[in-house]
Amino acid sequence: MAVQLKFTVQGGDFTNAGFASSQVKKILKQLNIDNRIIKRVAISLYEAEVNIVAHAWNGTVTVDIDEEKIRLFLSDRGPGIPDIELAMQEGYSTASPVVREMGFGAGMGLSNIKKNSDKLTITSEVNQGTEVEIIHYLHAQ
Amino acid sequence: MLQDKTKAIHPGPVAPESNSPVLTIRDVLELTGAKLVYGEEYLDKPVRKAFASDLMSDVLQVEANDFVLITGLAHPQVIRTAEMADIGFVLLVRNKKATPEMISLAKQAGIALAESKNSMYHTSGLLFKAGVRPVS
Repeated sequence: MAVQLKFTVQGGDFTNAGFASSQVKKILKQLNIDNRIIKRVAISLYEAEVNIVAHAWNGTVTVDIDEEKIRLFLSDRGPGIPDIELAMQEGYSTASPVVREMGFGAGMGLSNIKKNSDKLTITSEVNQGTEVEIIHYLHAQ
Repeated sequence: MLQDKTKAIHPGPVAPESNSPVLTIRDVLELTGAKLVYGEEYLDKPVRKAFASDLMSDVLQVEANDFVLITGLAHPQVIRTAEMADIGFVLLVRNKKATPEMISLAKQAGIALAESKNSMYHTSGLLFKAGVRPVS
């Protein structure tokens, strides 16, 4: 079993934000993945997808599922993150007032992705974009 | 004295009427005077726990499943958040109205959606008193 899913995400489009996460969640249910893992994948992917909508110009979501793991890879073109360590701190946020009015931008997203994943790798280049890799193992390591 | 008084009125972490029967979505609507916007088929679903917040970032941190989300935020991302967090019932308060996008997303995700004129505090108080537990 090896499945790959690909989605595009538009920066600033808060109406459709979460579409990719919703589709991925439905497919994982069809694949009979454990519900606890599905919730962790859904939460981590949704937080990361909302980050692209909130901060970047556009991006892609690629999901690879095999027998061992689920790999979420989000790549965006955008302002990038100058200090990833600082961005990981709970409460630190550069979100706009519009994003905050929608109930996000509390500076909790990246730490929540970390909490809801087995492995998180973030690389970023200022004024170029950000790449986020999130791994979920299907079996205890 | 003040400390004793606080102790006497503080209900503790468990809802006061822990022996009361489990409420359904139908009961919650009746109790809070809320109007169902979508989800007739879910009216008999039990409502055991609740979380109240306008901050979706906080909702996404809750580890419990299948609770009622009480919120004053009427935005499609509220329904997306509920979908990701396995929340089966969203109760809008402060007379906020569900948008057509929210109703459409609630249908797709199978989430009951209702509107109440009461404040978040009022609604939460009514549910707490009736035995609906906090998420943790």
